Amino acid sequence: MDDPFLLAGEEFGSRLIMGTGGLPSLEVLDAALASSGTELTTVAMRRVDPNARGSILDVLARRGVRVLPNTAGCYTARDAVLTAQLAREALTTNWLKLEVIADEHTLLPDPVELLDAAERLVDDGFVVLPYTNDDPVLARRLEQLGCAAVMPLGAPIGSGLGIRNPHNIELIVEQARVPVILDAGIGTASDAALAMELGCDAVLLASAITRAQHPALMAAAMRKAVEAGRLAARAGRIPVRRYARASSPTEGLTPSHVANS
Amino acid sequence: MKLIVNGTATEHRDDATVADVVSQLTVAPSGVAVAVNGVVVAHSAWTTTPLTDNDSVEVLTAVQGG
Repeated sequence: MDDPFLLAGEEFGSRLIMGTGGLPSLEVLDAALASSGTELTTVAMRRVDPNARGSILDVLARRGVRVLPNTAGCYTARDAVLTAQLAREALTTNWLKLEVIADEHTLLPDPVELLDAAERLVDDGFVVLPYTNDDPVLARRLEQLGCAAVMPLGAPIGSGLGIRNPHNIELIVEQARVPVILDAGIGTASDAALAMELGCDAVLLASAITRAQHPALMAAAMRKAVEAGRLAARAGRIPVRRYARASSPTEGLTPSHVANS
Repeated sequence: MKLIVNGTATEHRDDATVADVVSQLTVAPSGVAVAVNGVVVAHSAWTTTPLTDNDSVEVLTAVQGG
């Protein structure tokens, strides 16, 4: 595998992690998953609905996509820890997207509860992938606690505002010794490409695909954007200059060229 | 006895176990987890875990999300 994405000792070919919330049906989800090429996909834990038709787990199993449970909807470390333990029991994975939010208006992470939950879950043997603010200090603290990655937001969940503080994302990338996954805020393909150009190891997104007018089409766009951004980051972009720099040779110009210049 | 199952009070036999409660909600063979009064009950202990009056039983599974 050329340039695999290494996360907690596992190799992935795709650097696009897809969330599954917001799609009208499992059929549409299945098509979006296929177009995205994702190999790791988040799910939420909720009370069993006796009337539910079909299971997302069956869809993911058929596609061979690995399940990453989250703790979406948890406001306290206590809730997040219990949800994580239930997810581990139900899905037989110790991987977890840790999400502890402060309020339903912003859905921003609550740093105090997040750190508390991360510490308890790492101690309990979980592979903790925390959804965090775009704060380099908080990211460092999460890494020091033993989190397997840090997942800073580009902008609030579902906002589609893109990456509001690329400078902070760069700072997080520069200091991190665990993978950095840009999580939340992506609106369109260029946002995902920018995340990768900034040096992120992967992108996690849901709404940008699931709430697009044509989810499968946007999933294909995101796949290419993440790939393109990754290639660009590896290729090393040119420095930004204030003035032009000719790409054609400046030797061998005729007198008329010189006269016109 | 009365149990609070996923937030709703329901009547059950006095010797009902976690496995009995789960089977009334879903036939899914996997992908389900249970907490009784806020503590996870391992799948392997469902048939042997007795319940008592007014226990709160949460039965969860994976759904589309984040």
